Amino acid sequence: MQIVKDEWNGFKEGRWNNGSVNVRNFIQLNYTPYEGNEDFLAEPTTNTKKLWEEVSELFKQEREAGGVLDMDTKIISTITSHDAGYINKDLEQIVGLQTDKPLKRSLQPNGGIRMAINACKENGYEIDPSVVDIFTKYRKTHNQGVFDVYTPEMRLARKSAIITGLPDAYGRGRIIGDYRRVALYGIDYLIEDKKKQLDTALIRMTSKNIRLREELSEQIRALDELAKLGEIYGFDIRRPAANAKEAIQWLYLGYLAAVKEQNGAAMSLGRTSTFIDIYIERDLKNGVITEEQAQEYIDHFVMKLRLVKFARTPEYNALFSGDHTWVTESIGGIGIDGRPLVTKSSFRFLHTLTNLGPAPEPNMTVLWSTKLPKAFKEFCAKTSIKTSSVQYENDDVMRDIHGDDYAIACCVSSMRIGKEMQFFGARANLAKCLLYAINGGVDERLKIQVGPKYRAVEGDYLDYDDVMQKYDDMMEWLAGLYVNTLNVIHYMHDKYCYERIQMALHDRDVKRYFATGIAGLSVVADSLSAIKYAKVKAVRDEDGIVTDYEIEGDYPKYGNNDDRVDEIAVSLVKNFMEKIRKHHTYRDSFPTMSILTITSNVVYGKKTGNTPDGRLMGEPLAPGANPMHRRDTHGAAASLASVAKLPFRYAQDGISNTFSIVPGALGKDDQLFAGELDLDALVDCGNSACNIPNIHESIDNE
Amino acid sequence: MNQSNLLKSTGFIHSTESFGTVDGPGIRFVIFLQGCPMRCKYCHNPDTWQLASEDNLHGSTIKSVEELLEEYDSYKEFMHDGGITVTGGEPLMQIEFVTDLFTECKARGIHTCLDTSGITFNPDNQDVLSKFERLINVTDLILLDIKHIDNERHYELTHQKNNNIIEFANYLKKKNIPVWIRHVVVPGITDNKEYLYKLGQFLGTLDNIKALDVLPYHTLGKTKYTKLGIKYPLGDTPALDKDRAIEARNTIIDGMKNTLRERKNTDRF
Repeated sequence: MQIVKDEWNGFKEGRWNNGSVNVRNFIQLNYTPYEGNEDFLAEPTTNTKKLWEEVSELFKQEREAGGVLDMDTKIISTITSHDAGYINKDLEQIVGLQTDKPLKRSLQPNGGIRMAINACKENGYEIDPSVVDIFTKYRKTHNQGVFDVYTPEMRLARKSAIITGLPDAYGRGRIIGDYRRVALYGIDYLIEDKKKQLDTALIRMTSKNIRLREELSEQIRALDELAKLGEIYGFDIRRPAANAKEAIQWLYLGYLAAVKEQNGAAMSLGRTSTFIDIYIERDLKNGVITEEQAQEYIDHFVMKLRLVKFARTPEYNALFSGDHTWVTESIGGIGIDGRPLVTKSSFRFLHTLTNLGPAPEPNMTVLWSTKLPKAFKEFCAKTSIKTSSVQYENDDVMRDIHGDDYAIACCVSSMRIGKEMQFFGARANLAKCLLYAINGGVDERLKIQVGPKYRAVEGDYLDYDDVMQKYDDMMEWLAGLYVNTLNVIHYMHDKYCYERIQMALHDRDVKRYFATGIAGLSVVADSLSAIKYAKVKAVRDEDGIVTDYEIEGDYPKYGNNDDRVDEIAVSLVKNFMEKIRKHHTYRDSFPTMSILTITSNVVYGKKTGNTPDGRLMGEPLAPGANPMHRRDTHGAAASLASVAKLPFRYAQDGISNTFSIVPGALGKDDQLFAGELDLDALVDCGNSACNIPNIHESIDNE
Repeated sequence: MNQSNLLKSTGFIHSTESFGTVDGPGIRFVIFLQGCPMRCKYCHNPDTWQLASEDNLHGSTIKSVEELLEEYDSYKEFMHDGGITVTGGEPLMQIEFVTDLFTECKARGIHTCLDTSGITFNPDNQDVLSKFERLINVTDLILLDIKHIDNERHYELTHQKNNNIIEFANYLKKKNIPVWIRHVVVPGITDNKEYLYKLGQFLGTLDNIKALDVLPYHTLGKTKYTKLGIKYPLGDTPALDKDRAIEARNTIIDGMKNTLRERKNTDRF
């Protein structure tokens, strides 16, 4: 039965309003693809400029204060814990802050009280003792739960950093609520829907069904609190959003509720620009707003996303090389009906990088397809060149798996919005695993037995078949230990640090991905290549542990489109993923793997000894699936071609390739290069300044 | 030559670059050939100078047309509106090989571009002429690097005179082969209003110029000289800044315009 609401006037009806929740259907029926160029875009308004100046000043103060401006040490952050906070109420079109003041970091101890205490302490603050009391005496945290269960072997693997970056003391993140639902339906509708889900949930009280019913009740409670958060800021978000400004505001409040309760490693936004565009188009058509206003809303929304911060320890920031939040917004892509999902608001979002200046957050991610409209591709390229702030993901590969309403969490993890979620699982260090294979499970740095006491390699020179056999055994061990460690973590996170508002903005029966990851792919590929194609001599220390390697001769290196070594990399990926798949994964989740360290490769490198490829102890591993630094000597396409051989089906959680290139290497300087010279025009243009048409260089970042 | 022989034709290859964006239109597969008769003072590839032979490869590799095109094929997906560029070294030192390669490229529909100084051209030698004839028949675009417009200065800069280069430019005009002109602007050598204007005037006599590519001198090649143990001929000559490069470009274009206008007034070309 179709439900009719005033707020939906002018929208085409469909499955989205027949009593179910279906944002994709709403988008497909109502969005306006845009194939034109960027000429329609508006400059920042005076208010935007003023407000951004104030925000920039705050950022400056934050930097000068050593990275943290202010911290909440008393109020435990919940959806409704704080009064309304503003930057400058008169200027802000979109409102809402994590606490009562901008850049004041909220207190979130559910992940682990020690982490919360240290985050404050290291930044010069002290948590109110009563809060510490509560979370040590009366209320257990995720972190405590995990350590109650960890085996000695798990603790050792963590200590030696063969498994590393585990979300066992902080929020796992990577779950994207479908925040668009708040705007489209309003809270009342969503609560009704959740109540129906609870009513129809199984009542045979197995632990699985008990957990589901408890979670649904928590979700309903969270939605109710979200409505209250609306009230705090003076909005009735129980009803649907009635216009573009409300749509952005409602959606943002949904996201804000999530970051008030979860300080996950990546708190991504989803795929909102084309959804928002439907409201903007309606308002523009009705003459209610101008293009300047539309851009102003989005500029202010993006400003809010830039202000999202969490209380974290310096070690945490060292691991991720900075104070990231990974507010990833996925833009563009192609629909399964072949229409591009590019709208004018896809442009407006990217345009914030010009209006407000470049910034790493929100992490603007273009879902790139060869079939994207040309004008949009060119605009992306121009924005990339100007701001270096755009990330690209391969829509043609991911659409196949997730359809056309998926988004990226963090940097590469793809999932259908509101229908799929993931359990974030950090990485296993495959480079270190190779060293364990060589040394029979003894850690090369700590000089203690961490892995199983298998037979170490013998003799002076490493033999490829021998090392491969040992490596395979060691990977088998690592995969099992890794998956089981993650099982503990996710069980406890669900129990003590459940993402209730994010999951409230999901369907009841979600597909869960069990995300694993690997680090050190190129180091291992090159090491094995060196062992196979050159001669590698093992150098042992006084305890007989191999701690160094001497390479005699040259060997093919990953990143040069050379199958001899690229195939080693491919088989490593397949092999480790297959080993992961052998194990039980928590909540019937579907195991995936990523090759994606974008920043933490530096820390992993510090904890990994000399490797047989000639890399020295402490040197960074290459990020993600990148070739090792300076070993790709055949140009960018060769480097990319090597990476492109890695099979996505075995690394479905994403393969990253961090690619830096000097602008000069991407084409001619328009001011120096005069192309498509029209000799007749040259003659005719007299002595005045002559306008020379330039050869247009389009850069396809595919 | 039949096709299987073409594929087996080999050249001395200094290196390849899989993602060339500055040597011709689009994204291109760039092949650097070993060997060059010029000794340009600003050369940033001195490692390509020595002529290779089977006995002394001078660091180059022998590769066949077939191997190179296989390599190209593996990058096809990246080559947007691009093709293959052969540069060096001086590719004309291996003119038969380049002709074989380009012939096969044309058979496969690959855009061919030759980056050359034109130095081996000789209008008075029939044998040379017929070789060039065969080459330009399979060349879509020539990047012609004119080092210096003044003949004596050209000799000082490169250890070669520019007569044949100018003749080559005229020859390409006659054959109506599309040409991009490249010109490196070096402080104290080519960064000179008179010469730049003169170059422009000469370019104005040609009708096949499709682009002008002014390259500001940079010092990135220096380290290679140190590695090779060769004294860097330009010493501490500073890199040319961008504003000067833009000025230089405008001077050349002024010269071109002037000649073109004069020619328009005398004979409609």
